[in-house]
Amino acid sequence: MAGRTQPVSSWPGISAAALVAALILGTLATVGLRAETSGGFNPSDWAALRFTLLQATLSAAFSSMLAIPVARALARRRFRGRRVLIALLGVPFILPVIVAILGLLQVFGRSGWISDVLGVFGLPPIQIYGLHGVVLAHVFFNLPLATRLILQGWQEIPAERFRLAAQLGCDGMAMFRLIELPMLRRVLPGVLAVIFAICLTSFAVALTLGGGPRATTIELAIYQAFTYDFDLGRAALLSALQLALTAAAALAALKFSRGDGFGAGLNRAIRRWDGGTPLLDAFWIIAAATFLLLPLASVVISGALGLFELPTLVFRAAAISILVATISTMLLLLLAVPMAVSAATGRYGIVELCGILGLAASPLVIGTGLFILIRPVANPAMLALPVTALVNAVMALPFALRILVPAARDTIERHRRLALSLDMNKRTFFTRIIVMRLRPQIGFAAGLAAALSMGDLGVIALFADAQIATLPLQIYRLMGAYQMQAAAGGALVLLLLSMGVFWILDRGGRWHAEA
Amino acid sequence: MKHLAIAAGILTATSAVAADKPQLTVYTYDSFVSDWGPGPKVEEAFEAVCDCDLNLVGVEDGAALLSRIRLEGENTDADVVLGLDTNLIAAAKETGLFAPHSVTADYALPIQWTDDTFVPYDWGYFAFVHNADASAPANFRELADSEAKIIIQDPRSSTPGLGLLLWVKAAYGDEAPAIWADLSDNIVTVTKGWSEAYGLFLDGEADMVLSYTTSPAYHLIAEEDASKAAAAFDEGHYMQIEVAAKLAGSDHSELADQFLNFMVSDAFQQIIPTTNWMYPAVTPSSGLPEGFDTLVVPQKSLIIDPSEAATKRDEALSEWLGALSQ
Repeated sequence: MAGRTQPVSSWPGISAAALVAALILGTLATVGLRAETSGGFNPSDWAALRFTLLQATLSAAFSSMLAIPVARALARRRFRGRRVLIALLGVPFILPVIVAILGLLQVFGRSGWISDVLGVFGLPPIQIYGLHGVVLAHVFFNLPLATRLILQGWQEIPAERFRLAAQLGCDGMAMFRLIELPMLRRVLPGVLAVIFAICLTSFAVALTLGGGPRATTIELAIYQAFTYDFDLGRAALLSALQLALTAAAALAALKFSRGDGFGAGLNRAIRRWDGGTPLLDAFWIIAAATFLLLPLASVVISGALGLFELPTLVFRAAAISILVATISTMLLLLLAVPMAVSAATGRYGIVELCGILGLAASPLVIGTGLFILIRPVANPAMLALPVTALVNAVMALPFALRILVPAARDTIERHRRLALSLDMNKRTFFTRIIVMRLRPQIGFAAGLAAALSMGDLGVIALFADAQIATLPLQIYRLMGAYQMQAAAGGALVLLLLSMGVFWILDRGGRWHAEA
Repeated sequence: MKHLAIAAGILTATSAVAADKPQLTVYTYDSFVSDWGPGPKVEEAFEAVCDCDLNLVGVEDGAALLSRIRLEGENTDADVVLGLDTNLIAAAKETGLFAPHSVTADYALPIQWTDDTFVPYDWGYFAFVHNADASAPANFRELADSEAKIIIQDPRSSTPGLGLLLWVKAAYGDEAPAIWADLSDNIVTVTKGWSEAYGLFLDGEADMVLSYTTSPAYHLIAEEDASKAAAAFDEGHYMQIEVAAKLAGSDHSELADQFLNFMVSDAFQQIIPTTNWMYPAVTPSSGLPEGFDTLVVPQKSLIIDPSEAATKRDEALSEWLGALSQ
C-alpha cells in the first residue's frame, strides 16, 4: 500500500509518533545521562528478567486464548443485559492496582470466598500465591481487554459475509475456518503483544500474588534501583531492556498479523445463521462473567460500607481525576487518530511501534525524566496535572491504536478510489470520511483512555504536592493512614466514575445499535 | 496594553505579598502531608509562630524522599527534609547536602542521640500485629515453628520491610539466613508497601502482619476497637527513628533552624502520636495520649548503628533473597 497515492495525509500521524517516541526515549536518555554511576546488571536482574518473560508470556497466552471462546460466544449470542455485561467486563482493567489486589484476594485468597466455600466441605483453602497466582491476576486484568479487542474483530466482519456463508450452506466449522480464523489471525498477534507488554511492567501484582521475592520483575528492579540503591544508570538500563523486549514482541506481532481485510459491507447488524452450541457459549459467558465479576463484587461490597463516611476530600480528588481524564482523553485522540491513519496508509510498522512503547515505558522512568527536564524551567508541582494527563494518554495509546488501526485501514481501502477520483481534499477526507466512519472505534478508544486515566496512579505521586491529588492517589493516602474503610469507599467511587465515563464515551460513538 | 498593565500589577502585588513572608519548603513523605497525617496541624502551628509560609511537599516515602533530594542535588528547593530514618542517615550524609544542627532536647528515645546533622522527631518499634484474641509467638523461632501465617513487606520497596530485615539481622547476626529459611513457610506473601500488607491482614488473609507496636493504638483511639495487639518478641524489637535535617544550600537557614527547634517542642510533638501514630521524640508536657499506655513495651531495643546500616543492609538483603527464593 505504501507506494500508492493516498486520499489522506500521513504526516500528522508521523509527527505524533515522533513526539511519542521523543517523550519515551528522551526521558529514558535524560535519566541515563543524569546517572552518576555507569550502571550495569546485577546477577539478580537476570533472574528478574527470566521471571518477567515467563509470567508475561504465560499471562498473554492465557488471556488471549481464553478470550477467543468468550468473544465468540458474545459475538454469536444476543441476550438481555449483554451490553451491560460487556461494559462491566471492561472494569478490572481500570482498577487501581492496590484495589484490584485486595478484591482478587477477597475471592481467591487463603480466607477468600472460594476458600470459605471449600472449608464448608472440609477442604483446605486454595493456594493462590505463586506463578499461577500471578498469571491468574494478569488474566483477570487482561481477559476483558482481549475479549473486547477480539469481539471488535468479530464485529468488523461485514454482515454480508455471514449471510453469504449461510446461503452457501456453511456449517459452524466451515464458518470458523473461512471467516473467523482469518480474522483471528489478523487480530490475535496484536492482542498478544499488547498484553505481553502490559504484563512486562507488572510490579505490585506480580510480587503480591507471586508470594515473595521469587516473583521479582524488571519493574521492581527498576524501582529498587531508583529508591533503594539510587543507581539511575541501572534504572535506565533496565528500562531500556523493557523497551527492547516490547519492541521485539510488537515487531513479531506485526510480522504475523498480515492479512487482508474483509472488504466492504453495508453495515447491517450482524446476524448469524450457524446455531453453534448454545450451551457451550453460555458456559463461556457465565464462566468469564463469574471470574471477572466476583472480585468486583467484593470491591463493591467493601466499598458500600465506606461510602457513607467518605471525607469530602475524596470528592475533590474525584473532580481532579475527571479533569485529568478529560485532558488525557483529548490528548490521546489528538495523537491516536492521526497515528492510526498513518499506520493504515502503509507506514504501519514504525508508527504502531512508537505507539506500543508507551506501555513498556516504566512510569517511574518517564516521570523521573520529565521531572529532571521540567525542573530547571518550572516548578514540577505546578505541572502535575498536565504531565499526568500526558503520560496517561501515552500509556493508553497502544490500546487506542489496536482499536483504531484495523477500522482505519478498512475505511481508507474502501473509500480511497472514490475519494481520489473525486479529487477530494485530504483534510475533507479525514474529517468527513475517517472521523465519521470511525466514530464507534473513536468512542471506544476514548472511553478506554478516560477510564484508564481515571484509575491510573501514573506519575502524579512524583509531582503532586499536598493540595493536588487524584482519586487513586487519595485512595493510597487513605490506606496509608489506616483509613481502609474510607479507601474502600473511594475505590467504589472510582469504579463507578470509570465505568460511567467509559459508558458515556463508548455509547456516544455507537449511534447504531451494535455493542 | 491596559490589561497587560493590570495583569503586571496583580503579579507584582502577589509576589510582594509572598516576599513579605519568607517561604520555608519542607520535603517529607506523602502520609505526613495527607489530611490525616500531622502535616496540616504542623503547618498551622508553625505558621502561628514563624511569620512565614510553611510549604510541605510530599514525596512517596522515606527512601523515595532521599532519592528526590539526590536527584535535585544542590539546586534543591528544599530547606528542610523531614522523614528519613536511621537506616538512611549514612547515605544521606554521604551526599554532603545536609548541614549540622544546633538543636538540644530532652529526648525520650530508648537510645542516646548524638547525631550532629539529623534531629529525631518520632520513633517506634516494628512489631507483628495480630488479633488480640489469638495467641502470639514470643520470638522469631517460635513464630517459625508455629503454623502462624504472616504478611511482610519487601525490603526493596518498603521501609517496614527493610526494618524487619535489619531486625532479624540485629537479633540473630550470622544465624539470620537460617531464621529466614525457617520463616519462609509462614510467609503468606510479600507486598510492595505497608498499605497492601495491612489491608490484606484486616481482610483476614494472614494471622499477623509486620507493622508497628503503635498500630493497635490507632484502632483503640480512632476506632475504639481493642481487637488488635502487637506481639512482644523477647529477642527485642528493632526501632525506627524518624529524623529531619536542614539543607546546607537553604536560602532560609535561620528559619530552617527555627523549624528544627519547633519540631522538638511541645506544639509539634503533641501532634505526632495521634496523627503519625508513632512515639514523640520528646514527650510533650501533656504526656502521651490515653491508650498509648496499653501498648506493648519491648524488653529490649535493637538498632544497627547508622554507619553500619548500609553494609549490613546489603548483606541482609542478599541473605533474605537467597532464603526466600528457594
